[in-house]
Amino acid sequence: MSRPNVITVMASSILVAAVAAAVFGNVFTPHLVTDQALMSRLQPPAFMGGSAEFPLGTDRIGRDMVARLVAGLQMSLSVALAGTLIGAIFGTFVGFLAAHFRGLTEEILMMFVDFQASLPFILIALTLLAFFGNSMVLFVILMGMFGWETYARLARGVVLSARAQPYARAVEALGAGPGRLYLRHILPNVASALIVQVTLTFPQIILLETSLSFLGLGIQPPNTSLGQILGDGRDYLSTAWWISVWPGALIFLITLSMSLLGDALRDRLDPMLKTRTT
Amino acid sequence: MTRFWLIKLVRTVITLWFVVTFAFIVLRTSGDPVVALLGADAMPDEIEHFRELWGLDRSLFAQYVSYVGQMATGQFGNSLRDSRPVLEIILERLPATAQLGLAAFIIAAIIGIPAGIVAALRRGRLTDRIVMVFAVFGFALPNFFLGILLILLFSLYLQILPSSGTGTFLHLLMPSVTLATFTAGTLARFTRSAMLEVLEKPYMRAASARGVPFWQRVLFHALPNAAIPIVTVIGLNLGQLVAGAIVIESVFAWPGIGRLLVVAVSQRDLAVVQGLVLVIAVTMVLANLIVDLLYGLLDPRIREGAK
Repeated sequence: MSRPNVITVMASSILVAAVAAAVFGNVFTPHLVTDQALMSRLQPPAFMGGSAEFPLGTDRIGRDMVARLVAGLQMSLSVALAGTLIGAIFGTFVGFLAAHFRGLTEEILMMFVDFQASLPFILIALTLLAFFGNSMVLFVILMGMFGWETYARLARGVVLSARAQPYARAVEALGAGPGRLYLRHILPNVASALIVQVTLTFPQIILLETSLSFLGLGIQPPNTSLGQILGDGRDYLSTAWWISVWPGALIFLITLSMSLLGDALRDRLDPMLKTRTT
Repeated sequence: MTRFWLIKLVRTVITLWFVVTFAFIVLRTSGDPVVALLGADAMPDEIEHFRELWGLDRSLFAQYVSYVGQMATGQFGNSLRDSRPVLEIILERLPATAQLGLAAFIIAAIIGIPAGIVAALRRGRLTDRIVMVFAVFGFALPNFFLGILLILLFSLYLQILPSSGTGTFLHLLMPSVTLATFTAGTLARFTRSAMLEVLEKPYMRAASARGVPFWQRVLFHALPNAAIPIVTVIGLNLGQLVAGAIVIESVFAWPGIGRLLVVAVSQRDLAVVQGLVLVIAVTMVLANLIVDLLYGLLDPRIREGAK
């Protein structure tokens, strides 16, 4: 084990700070996200001559930017987390199924994997949002559908090679059923590869959610997400740049830290993957 | 050789069939297709005509067959907004997106590939570090945020570039640079790792021993051998370019199909959404086929391997 380098430490600190801000953020501001102060609309941040009451400024109806950013951070992080977990569990399950049954089942499952990999996911997401109408449930499911095919490929490949190894055959010979074999014996062996994949998928889901919310097609008011605040601020670029710059900077810091951490984790846990850069 | 092309072709046809089937399933499970494609306030004779055309009184399978036939011949129906044929609207918007995509691609290649080569040659040095930092930034920076920052800097603060619209070279500059960032970062990373692998090969030492000049070695001995992974990445990144265009056209009010799609989705103009998804999907699948074939041309081992 080598000493973690500066970048890894910084990236982890930023992520811990982001999670802490999402959980405890309301401590930093006396304002609720719903509080409107119509007398102080589009107030600049405190360091630019704004009042200390709104340290990061206010938006078009006088809502405190700190309160909005905390709410947006909560939404963006929890949606991305839910999406990542759904995708990881579903994809791994499909991969295990394909590797267990082989034959026709495997062919059909892998055809779905290829199909999803052949199109940019935002296209599939937009189609489903257009036809089924936007709702929170559908939106979270969509985030979960992102990237499942990568887990499926990964899990299938790893199971196929693990099953040929003596330990898996030994467990099978001792009479363990497939459930026990996969969950208790093979899953721990592929866990590191899956965790690396999680750290690589998470920032992509954040980007997908914020992109859609930015376009007005994701998280809908009264709920808010970082992307939605950024989209809101577009109309006020010339008068109130802070509305779009703060959420954008937050998104960037989170995705950057997570990607850097993912790369570091990959190099540490999975030296075999080191040359692959996807 | 023929077998290689044939397998690729069959795969492509199957993917296209999946795409159309996906569109059909979405259309039929989301509600009444008459309401979906004609709107709630359609005329009775219009509805009658539509039912006949789509065979809605026939079995689901017959409907499916006629649907595939219509989509294959580009009959996507009419837009709810101005009741013009969807195909006509799409074709009108396509050149703007093609222009943006091509410009972004050229910028990404001009920046990304040389940066990757230089980083590989100066491995571990400061130049390498700087290139890799920029590559990671290009990877993690949300493109819509980059677009907003560029507008703030060049349109509102410096006031030297137009923030939206189309027409001149200046209009093209910010959207295409924004779109190119991600691809440039990916290209730089892949070019670097592909070059690193090639540079250590014995034939590079042999060329150096024969006294081949440095740049000639890099350009004529190393680069062609590193081309395969680079071409693969370009293929994989087509999807990224399309996805990026959807967002970036909205940021810069660029009148292409990406902007059209976002507007159609928010207005639930479903005939347009459906037509666009099919057109984009077909374009992408065909582009991937071309990349695959290019791959086979570049490396004989790949098409031999398919035997």
